Amino acid sequence: MQPALLRSEQLRHRYGSTVALESLDLALEPGQVIALLGPNGAGKTTLIHLMLGVLPIQHGEMEILGLKPTDPNCRKRLGAMLQISGVQDNLTVIELMALFSSFYPENTDFDSVLEQAGLHGLEKRQFQHLSGGQKQRVLYALAVIGNPDLLILDEPTTGLDPSARRKLWQAIDQRRQAGGSVLLCTHYLDEAEQLADHIIVMDRGRIRTQGSTDEVRAQVPRQQIRCTSTQAIESIRTLEGVQHVSRENGQIHILARTAEPVVRHLLQQDSNVSQLEVQRTTLETAFLALTEPTEQTA
Amino acid sequence: MISSQTGFLQSPGWQFLQCQWLNLIRSPAYSLPTLLFPLMFYGFFGLLMIPGQSLWLLCTFATFGIMGAALFSFGVSIAVERGQGWLLLLRASPAPIAGLMFGKAGAAMLFAMLIVVSMSLLAALFGDVRMTTMQWAGLVFVLTLGTIPFCLLGLSLGLLLSPNAAPAVINIIYLPLGFLSGLWIPATQFPGFLQAIAGWLPPYHLAELALNVTGAKSSAWLPPVLILLVYSLLFAMMTVVGWKRLKHAK
Repeated sequence: MQPALLRSEQLRHRYGSTVALESLDLALEPGQVIALLGPNGAGKTTLIHLMLGVLPIQHGEMEILGLKPTDPNCRKRLGAMLQISGVQDNLTVIELMALFSSFYPENTDFDSVLEQAGLHGLEKRQFQHLSGGQKQRVLYALAVIGNPDLLILDEPTTGLDPSARRKLWQAIDQRRQAGGSVLLCTHYLDEAEQLADHIIVMDRGRIRTQGSTDEVRAQVPRQQIRCTSTQAIESIRTLEGVQHVSRENGQIHILARTAEPVVRHLLQQDSNVSQLEVQRTTLETAFLALTEPTEQTA
Repeated sequence: MISSQTGFLQSPGWQFLQCQWLNLIRSPAYSLPTLLFPLMFYGFFGLLMIPGQSLWLLCTFATFGIMGAALFSFGVSIAVERGQGWLLLLRASPAPIAGLMFGKAGAAMLFAMLIVVSMSLLAALFGDVRMTTMQWAGLVFVLTLGTIPFCLLGLSLGLLLSPNAAPAVINIIYLPLGFLSGLWIPATQFPGFLQAIAGWLPPYHLAELALNVTGAKSSAWLPPVLILLVYSLLFAMMTVVGWKRLKHAK
């Protein structure tokens, strides 16, 4: 049997007295794009740093492709694009690629990596003279240069313009189609929705929910209702299937599993309801509903 | 730049050495002063102001020069690389640490060699310094290998101190360490307690070896070698501590 892509048991991590991860149990199969979603401080980057062996495991167990993260052979099967990473910026693209290629046992097909990262024509340019999007593409190229079994991307599209984001999405999709596994850590929910087969929602060091993209969507409010009305929101909160109610500038915003009972109630209570709008939730609003209840105590 | 050869040229150590060297060449704002300052000091003090001491001062100012090259290229660069996230990216990759160290030490030694050779040329052309080929070679050899304890000192400071503090601290250490080791004024002219301090400092002992190999002073070579080895070991241990602390930092 093929070893699991990532398996962890009772994984815990703290920085001094701050808890970053609280008893994380994971079992993920290879060959898929996994999105790790969560607000800042959810523990996503800590998890990634543990996987890469950059942080030591304090408590619990973790295996990647059947290997311990501290095993040098494990790191040779991973490629990573980190959130904060600089390179020696007076090196050219091809010099950086040659350096990183030397870390892996197999010969690199430089042409194919340049192609995947969309860097043709920029080989001889020094890193410091590249645009933001081009720099991200170089970091992507360095992450895939060893043809890793698992590609780890920590917020890869932060700060990219829409067309650069789309290009990176295409590259991630190509890897999935070639049978590779990708762990994508992101704030952007459309990114997870678009790319991921499996979604893990984390909040404050815990997994709040996980499953296929559709499963995660099914666990959360599917309908989003907006209207302008003067009625009290307390009575709406007690309606069946309502998961979130808020009022902003006279507008009421409701998240619910089904829309009809809510709409019926709204119209019965206030005949002056205006600007009524019902929409299917995006993962973004779903995600807010999932992480918000505990957020309020912060 | 892409080499299809395998073996040494494809090894991480060689690749790192190449990158470090390119970094030196491409940052003249750093490398030119590091090369020219010791040459300028030597020209000023060794050749113009204190006549008749050109050989002695060649040894001590060259020691001063290579010490700077090692401290700055190791300590400051590691600190900068920590600050910009380069070190983190390397640690997250399968890059072998030994390869990184080989590249950095190799580049620091090449640079040290360049400093010693240029200073030697200055000494031979304008300072009337005459030595046998073996003595010239001995000077270059001693001072090239002699960068090791200073590379390790720089590295440990670059790892132990915060990325912002390291360059400042290294700058503060560099001048007094050179001065107190008798690299500018021979330690024999110091008052008693300063002489005692000099005898404990690594640059003093490296300069002793340089003076010995060029015949400027006859002294035993074994004690300085042992002392430099002990210092190297100490700095290596500090480096290991710094490296481990890096793993536990957020």
